[in-house]
Amino acid sequence: MMKKYKEVLFDPIFNNNPIALQILGICSALAVTSKMETAVIMALAVTLVTAFSNFFVSIIRKHIPSSIRIIVEMTIIASLVIIADQIIRAYAFDVSKQLSVYVGLIITNCIVMGRAEAYALKHPPVESFLDGIGNGLGYSFVLLTVGFVRELFGSGKLFGYTIFPTVNNGGWYTTNGLFLMPPSAFFLIGVLIWIIRTFKPEQIESE
Amino acid sequence: MFEHYLSLFVKSIFIENMALAFFLGMCTFLGVSKRVETAVGLGIAVIVVQAITVPVNNLLYTNVLKPGALAWAGLENVDLSFLGFITYIGVIAAMVQILEMFLDKFVPSLYNALGIFLPLITVNCAILGGSLFMVERNYTFGESVVYGFGSGIGWALAIIALAGIRERLKYSNPPKALRGLGLTFITAGLMAMAFMLFSGIQL
Repeated sequence: MMKKYKEVLFDPIFNNNPIALQILGICSALAVTSKMETAVIMALAVTLVTAFSNFFVSIIRKHIPSSIRIIVEMTIIASLVIIADQIIRAYAFDVSKQLSVYVGLIITNCIVMGRAEAYALKHPPVESFLDGIGNGLGYSFVLLTVGFVRELFGSGKLFGYTIFPTVNNGGWYTTNGLFLMPPSAFFLIGVLIWIIRTFKPEQIESE
Repeated sequence: MFEHYLSLFVKSIFIENMALAFFLGMCTFLGVSKRVETAVGLGIAVIVVQAITVPVNNLLYTNVLKPGALAWAGLENVDLSFLGFITYIGVIAAMVQILEMFLDKFVPSLYNALGIFLPLITVNCAILGGSLFMVERNYTFGESVVYGFGSGIGWALAIIALAGIRERLKYSNPPKALRGLGLTFITAGLMAMAFMLFSGIQL
C-alpha cells in the first residue's frame, strides 16, 4: 500500500511529467517564470488546487452524472481557484499583481481538469489527493527549473537577492536580456524536454 | 473614435498576440497544430467564441459584478467581483454549448468541420484569458467587442502559422530526443521572438 502511494506521488515528476510528456498546463509555465518568487507562488497554488480538486471530485465521483461532470468539475475547480486567489491577494499582494490574470487561469489549466477527468473520477480520495500533489510537483519541477535559469542568467539574482553582481552595479556579470523575454521560456522547456528524453528514450513520440 | 478602435484591433492581433506574447491557449496551440486543416478549423472556432464571450462577460461585469454595479437594484454596497472567475467560466461553458446547438441546427457544414474542437474550447485559456484581460484593463463595451474579435484572430493566425511550419518540419532531421514536442517548443519560441518585433510599435 505504501509503495503504491509512493509511486502515485513521485511518478509524475520525471516518468510522466505533466508538462514534458502530457502537454498539460503550459500557458502559465511560460508566463510566470521570469522570477523565482512568482514561480514558487504559482507552483504552490497549482499544486494545492490540483490536489484538493482531485480530492473533492473523487469524494463525489459516484454521484456525478457523467453528462454534466465537466460542469461539476469546473464549479469545484473555480471555487478552489477563487479561494487561492483571495489568499494570495491577502498575504502576497505584490506577487498577486505580477501574476495578474494567470491565477484565474488556473481554472483552465489543463493539469487540474485533466487529472480530475483522467484520475480522480476512477480512484478513491486519498490516492487522488496524492496524484494531485504528485502532478503538482511535476509541474513545480519544470516551473522552478525554468524560473531558476531565467532569473539567474537574466538578472543575476535569485528570489531578488544578488548572486552575480551585475556590471551596472560595479560587478562583473553582464545580464542576458533574452532570458527575461518570454520566448526564452519556450527554448528552456524545449531543451528540458530534450534532456529528459535523452535519458528516458521511451518517452520519444513515435512518428 | 474609429481610430482608437482600429489601433486596439491591430494591437490585439499583433502586439498583444494571445498565443505568442501572453502564452494563452498553449495546450491546444502545441497539441492540435500538427496539420493546417485542423488548425484552421480550431482557429475559426476560437474567433467566434472569443468574439461572443468577451462582450457578454463585459456586460455581466459592468452591470452585475463590479463594486456598486447593482445600484440599479437598490444594492449600492454590494461587491460581487470575487464571483468573477466562476461567472466567466460559466458564461463561456454556456456560450460554447449554445453555439454548438445553434451550429448543429442551422449551419451543419461548419458544425461538422469544427467537430470535437468546439467543446474543447471551454477549457482553452485564451478564451478565459480574454475575459480576464478585459476586466483588468477596464474596457468599455465597444472596446470589448473589438478586443474579443481581434484577440481571436491573433490566436488563429498564430496556430495556423505554427501548423504550417510543423508540416514542413516533418522533412527535417533533428536529434532523436528533440523530435516532436521539444522541437515544437523551440519553433514556437522562435515565432514568439519574431512577434516581439511588433512590441516596439506605439499605436
